[in-house]
Amino acid sequence: MAIPVIYNLRSVRARWVSSIVAVLGIAGTVGVFVAMLSLANGFRATLVASGSKENAILMRAGATAEMMSGITLESIKIVQDDPAVARDSSGPLITSEVVVVAPFPLRATGTNANVQVRGVSSNVLTIRRNLRIVQGRMFQPGLSELVVGTNANKTYSGLTLGNTVDFGGGHWRVVGIFDAGGSAFDSEVWADARVLDDVYKRPTNIYQSATVHLTSPAALQQLKDSVSADPRLNLDVFREVDYYAKQSTAMTRLITVLGGLVAFVMAIGAVFGALNTMYSAVSERGREIATMRALGFGGPAVVFSFLIEALLIAFIGGVLGCLAVLRLNGHTTSTINWQTFSNLAFAFRITPGLLLSGMFFALVMGLIGGLLPAISAARRPIAVALREL
Amino acid sequence: MKFLHLILANLSRKKLRTILTVGSFAVALFLFAFLAVVKGAFGRGADIAGADRLVIINRISIIQPLPLSYRDQILRIPGVKSVTHNNWFGGVYQDEKNFFPQFVIDPENQRQVMSELIVPDDQWQKFVADRQGAIVGARTAQRFGWKIGDRIPIKNVSYGTSGTWEFNLDGIYHSEHAGGDETQFWFQWDYFEERVPERFKGNTGWYVLRLNNPDDAPRVAKAIDDTFTNSSYETKTETESAFAAGWVKQFGNIELLILTIGSVVFFTLLLITGNTMAIAVRERVGELAVLKAIGFSDFSILVLVLAEALLIALFGGILGLGVAMLAVPVLGNALNGLLPELVLSPAILSLGLAAALLIGAAGGILPGVGAMRMRVVNALRRV
Repeated sequence: MAIPVIYNLRSVRARWVSSIVAVLGIAGTVGVFVAMLSLANGFRATLVASGSKENAILMRAGATAEMMSGITLESIKIVQDDPAVARDSSGPLITSEVVVVAPFPLRATGTNANVQVRGVSSNVLTIRRNLRIVQGRMFQPGLSELVVGTNANKTYSGLTLGNTVDFGGGHWRVVGIFDAGGSAFDSEVWADARVLDDVYKRPTNIYQSATVHLTSPAALQQLKDSVSADPRLNLDVFREVDYYAKQSTAMTRLITVLGGLVAFVMAIGAVFGALNTMYSAVSERGREIATMRALGFGGPAVVFSFLIEALLIAFIGGVLGCLAVLRLNGHTTSTINWQTFSNLAFAFRITPGLLLSGMFFALVMGLIGGLLPAISAARRPIAVALREL
Repeated sequence: MKFLHLILANLSRKKLRTILTVGSFAVALFLFAFLAVVKGAFGRGADIAGADRLVIINRISIIQPLPLSYRDQILRIPGVKSVTHNNWFGGVYQDEKNFFPQFVIDPENQRQVMSELIVPDDQWQKFVADRQGAIVGARTAQRFGWKIGDRIPIKNVSYGTSGTWEFNLDGIYHSEHAGGDETQFWFQWDYFEERVPERFKGNTGWYVLRLNNPDDAPRVAKAIDDTFTNSSYETKTETESAFAAGWVKQFGNIELLILTIGSVVFFTLLLITGNTMAIAVRERVGELAVLKAIGFSDFSILVLVLAEALLIALFGGILGLGVAMLAVPVLGNALNGLLPELVLSPAILSLGLAAALLIGAAGGILPGVGAMRMRVVNALRRV
């Protein structure tokens, strides 16, 4: 026969101080666990969202980031006529780009951080379709005008609509703000590639990358084949989404390793806390347990009952921990992206899956913390326990 | 001290509970040491930067070049002792995962300016004479198992050259400072200029200069920037520590993150000890009352309870910090290439131990005061 769950509920309440301690220990652990993973999650999601399956990015063979790549105008002219590249009424959908960095003061601290400035072709919005201008307008080709991402607009002072900023030896007017759906582009500032080239005194007709819109996602292989078959081209072709996913690996690994380790060690501490609480629950209730067993509740029923109690504590702790960090969801923070030497804003991203693993983690801690005390409770000889004071 | 025996007997009466509480302390102190070490690794560049060094970069941004011809003009500014120039190479050894910074250096002046990075004289002579020579930091050499005399191929596409650059490892440098940067890979300016296209020649990434007197830093920095105002390559000069701190700031709020986790851990720990001590006192109310009845003063009861909590904290602290001392080098290797070197300094250890004792005292004080205040008659009557 099973011991009623109400007994455990009342028991948790009767020992509320030590129950709360165990609950908080587990809540803290789950909170840190979920927060760290959501940070890594958000960082990766931001970069992955930057790429599209329907786009391909071309860089010099061997280059792993745009910063170290170079691609000539002649190569771009060869690539744009490839049948795998989509076209519209105004011509092939290709944007040839240069990236540089420029320091801007962070609103939060007033200190400078590097912002990635991307020079793009004026038809870029037909290629990066997850992007739209939300305020103002697109820059005019040939003019020193900027459109800034929503995060760049919020993070740095000076990058506001209508303002004029100086960098790279030029005066630039901010004419528009674009929303790139939470991707890395939201942390960027865009200008006409030719103007940027000129102002930064870069060699003309050498870009750093080109991004094309494919006729279909499957056309990538076709483009790869024709690029590698052409002796005039020395380029690598990546699906855009893969390129950005790869950029996130180092930082994601760092956060996951550090966060996982911290959560694991904290879990040991929380299990110790739960064990302490459950052992003292067992030892204070020696006579109660013996009485129940004398009444006919079997050993397994006692073990089960104590396990339920430990799991209950863990469950409450898990829920509290998840609730506490849920507020972080969508909270934007930023870090440096070493691939671009520039600052990248991203948001904590808490998914249902992450919360579930947090709860699972809590219950595992409860199980470990409850099992041994439960078994020791069931093992005590009834007669001895009943005689105890 | 004559009650030490009593305290130890109390600790060993519920061995499991004592072990668990000591364990909680150990866990918290381990985490404390670990977080402090990580925080230190992020901020170290700024902490150990030479006070007498300035870094000059292009005003536009670090990735824009500066002309090599600036060198003589910089040397002419009073207060400048020596100057060297470095360039970022950005090559890849075997795989992108094997990241370490490679700098093209000026062999004539590098050692005068970067005097804390020590290369034995014979190795340095060999390097200077060898066009394809390279010097590498001890940590990177250890990471890839390189030995002096090895030939090291590095792929580079940044400078419009495709293919592999071959280097001879002529020397290994060590940093004078614990945890200094021992990951850099240096090679000769001449070899670089020989291979890159015309448009990259005659430029450098940045200058580092050494001052005669560190107090001169603001004046010299301004003098340099003024010299090059309105030229096509304007400069931005700052102290090495400001330069390093600028990078750290861009990491985002690592410090806040670490402090938040640290406080969650400590708060949780405080609760656990406080709770354990409360349970221990509750179970022993009768005994403590007997002690009081036979003449122990209220104060000595408080001391007994507090001493017990402090002993637990001490054991736990030593255990946790001991494990951290063993684990930090292992973790450092696991995170090689992702983080600067992890160093567990004596300052962290003593701070950790102090924090452990403080928490032990805080956790023991409430139950201790409770025990001190209780009335003998009531306590004895309780079953």
